[in-house]
Amino acid sequence: MSTREYIRERFFPHLWCPGCGHGIILNGLLHAVENIGLKKNDIVMVSGIGCSSRISGYLDFHTLHTIHGRALAFAAGVKMSRPELTLLVPMGDGDALSIGGNHFIHACRRNIDMTAIVMNNRVYGMTGGQYSPLSGYGTYATTAPYMNIDPDFDVVAMAVASGASFVARSTTYHIKQLTDVLEAAILHKGFSVVEVMSQCPTYFGRKNKEGSASEMMERFKTRTTPIGSREKLADSSLIERGIFVNREAPEYCDEYHNIIERATKGK
Amino acid sequence: MGGQVKFVQGNEACVEGALYAGLGFFAGYPITPSTEIAELLSARLPQKCGIFMQMEDEIASICAIIGASLTGNKAMTATSGPGFSLMQEALGFAVMAEIPCVIVDVQRGGPSTGLPTKLSQGDVNQARWGIHGDHAIVAMTASNHQDVFSITVDAFNFAETYRTPVILLFDEVIGHMRERLEIPPPGKLPLVERLKTSLPDGVDYHPYLPREDGRLPMSDFGGVHRYNVTGLFHDMWGFPSEDPKVVYGLMRHLTDKIEHHVDDLTRYREYYTEDAETLLISYGSSARSALHVVMNRRQRGERLGLLELQTLWPFPAALVREKAQNARYVVVVEMNMGQVLQSVKSAVERPDKVSLANQVDGTLITPTSILNILRIIQGRGV
Repeated sequence: MSTREYIRERFFPHLWCPGCGHGIILNGLLHAVENIGLKKNDIVMVSGIGCSSRISGYLDFHTLHTIHGRALAFAAGVKMSRPELTLLVPMGDGDALSIGGNHFIHACRRNIDMTAIVMNNRVYGMTGGQYSPLSGYGTYATTAPYMNIDPDFDVVAMAVASGASFVARSTTYHIKQLTDVLEAAILHKGFSVVEVMSQCPTYFGRKNKEGSASEMMERFKTRTTPIGSREKLADSSLIERGIFVNREAPEYCDEYHNIIERATKGK
Repeated sequence: MGGQVKFVQGNEACVEGALYAGLGFFAGYPITPSTEIAELLSARLPQKCGIFMQMEDEIASICAIIGASLTGNKAMTATSGPGFSLMQEALGFAVMAEIPCVIVDVQRGGPSTGLPTKLSQGDVNQARWGIHGDHAIVAMTASNHQDVFSITVDAFNFAETYRTPVILLFDEVIGHMRERLEIPPPGKLPLVERLKTSLPDGVDYHPYLPREDGRLPMSDFGGVHRYNVTGLFHDMWGFPSEDPKVVYGLMRHLTDKIEHHVDDLTRYREYYTEDAETLLISYGSSARSALHVVMNRRQRGERLGLLELQTLWPFPAALVREKAQNARYVVVVEMNMGQVLQSVKSAVERPDKVSLANQVDGTLITPTSILNILRIIQGRGV
């Protein structure tokens, strides 16, 4: 199946701004799905609210466009009811870690088999460029005209600390790696977190004088480094890319199946 | 197989009703006085290969049941006032996306954390208007455990028939009091199963195109039809639309599918309403005290009657108007500051004859209290 067949063409053109990184993530995701050979009827995509979450409308899967921050909770209900389905949960940075922070850490802890994709452009795009919990100290936003004094989260560190059994990070510049990482995440049996650094030239880039989309992507190239590289030892400010955690852990649907066996024993 | 007789709490009667109706998925977060529902289901659901999940909060709980319902499962959550407040946004999503599900609110005193272990009927208006935006909603209640059971079954049936969330508004006394419950044999009470689309694979399926009878056939997530579900205004494919015609059409549909079926959705009981000079209108545990007053006074020859409402929303205005027509006094007995009172006043021809007998101190309104208030209303003094 070609990637084009995964798309609902009548809903294009999409609503993302020129230069937005989310289309690259969409592309990477479709290639990952295609490489694995997943059938459209076997995929449920659950998204939250915001620019990122409109991705669900463009894809010809079972799609659930929910409310702000709650995608993982909706997805838990779907997956527990139909464990044979593949759950993809794209979210924005504010969606996943601000309003949805509580659901995020508990989803990591619970380890239901699904893939959470944090499309991190460090800004609230759809509401017009306010700072997110991933914008970071010293950045500018429409609600931080004098400078943002909110420190940011490290999505990866948080997911690891919360117990996620697969944690990875990539960027829209590293499209090949992004596709590979997403493929591994989908194939992983358990809760997978993939942070994708994405550019928002319209708001984050403009407010922080980061230039055009390509200049922003250039920064992903120069400011990130593979996990454990020598460059990281020399410059600790570099952001690491790759798969941080990929471990086996009891999967929640399986565990629940054991509960049913215990409850129905002798019946 | 015959029925079964049990001595149970109201919360347990609700659990029995839900299981009878075919509950397959429960997600919840513990909160007094509803917790027994979660506790009992954590034991009972896995025995029936159903799913019980304790979520991280009430928001996640209602979101999870919506997700589960989309796969074809009958799904429920249970909470109390503060948790119900947290659920309002996702409840709106279920209304907008037309997802069948049942939300139990065993009411406690409020606002805020209020009176966790005490009694109130203060969430009647929250059930109606907690969601932002215009909408219609179904909310039901009951005053005894047999009714709790059958109303719970009704709730699942209505949810499936109208593709809508249904709210069960019980109160603390009903939830925790113990009394007899006769569970009917399977098949005795009719159950409505989800209307699944008969369209085969490859045929364009419109999840939001009502049939002639108004019902919307669904396709399970994971089935052959792939469609989009959103809380945005959407067209008949489920895709976001801001077209004024589409927006207006959906708004009318969401409202009319409930408001045009008030008769079907209305459950009530009546006692001596035919010749009542004073008509009491009540629901939930306060209706038990009201009934006591009516029975007691009837024996003394006083013309008292009781209309016990079991469907609170959509408000059965025509029924109330009819029953109140010949009464000189209409007295709403409820444990809040007059939430059903307002609906009754707007339903009857002479609002000035409608009074409130209420109690809002966290204790059950007693027959004596009702009687004292009645005597003042009737101008006879205490």
